Amino acid sequence: MTSPLGHYLVVSAALFAIGLAGALIRRNAILVLIGIELMLNAANLNFIAFWRYGKNAEALSGIMFVVFSIAVAAAEAAVGLALIIAIYRHYKTTRVDELTNLKG
Amino acid sequence: MAGVTIGSAIAAMSLRNIVHCALLLTITFSGLAVLYLQLNAQFVAFAQILVYVGAVAILIVFAILLTRGSERTPDASQKKRGLGWGLLVALGTFGVICKAILSSRLLSPNAETAPSAPVKLIGRQLMENYVLPLEIVALLLTAALVGAAVIALQERRRPE
Repeated sequence: MTSPLGHYLVVSAALFAIGLAGALIRRNAILVLIGIELMLNAANLNFIAFWRYGKNAEALSGIMFVVFSIAVAAAEAAVGLALIIAIYRHYKTTRVDELTNLKG
Repeated sequence: MAGVTIGSAIAAMSLRNIVHCALLLTITFSGLAVLYLQLNAQFVAFAQILVYVGAVAILIVFAILLTRGSERTPDASQKKRGLGWGLLVALGTFGVICKAILSSRLLSPNAETAPSAPVKLIGRQLMENYVLPLEIVALLLTAALVGAAVIALQERRRPE
């Protein structure tokens, strides 16, 4: 592979796969949230790489999208961690496989 | 740098001690910021450091410290369950994306000079073309702040 864009895309795909594996495998809710954050970061890296090597870079579309995406991800992390803390206070656990109250 | 980023991400997702996971996550975020710098996106790199390394990582460490004691030693059977399927799905996703990337025709090597994104231009764009998303994000952040505080507040003990 000679293209630098391909290199960044493969790195981003690896980050996404790691985040997905973490979100699927780990049982701690905080680590599931970390996995989701990793997936979001992989998407951001994709945007920046396409902005850098794509055409019409002066429109700054990739940069703008990543700036807004970082803001939304920060809000998501804050609310998610608040939910985890509330759940911990109520059930005394953060393991997602022990929260089975809604299980039919 | 890509190796450091991916290695620390793998370690953050696989270590047993959750505090180590949070610290390695900081390295992953910093590595991503360096990758952004390599890609000539300075503003995004510093936003990444400010928001992720500065805020989200600290938030995660606080959440971990506030929920201590929930991680008892997991027995092996519980640990094993789901490991194979999760790895299979993740590796399958990685394989499909990589195959799509490597067979893509869009990856023609670009000989142009690197585009630059000066902060002045970003600010002008934010105030002209993207002013509505900016306002919506401001509203969203306010709502998220208030919502997070309300959710995490101490709940009242109701008489049962």
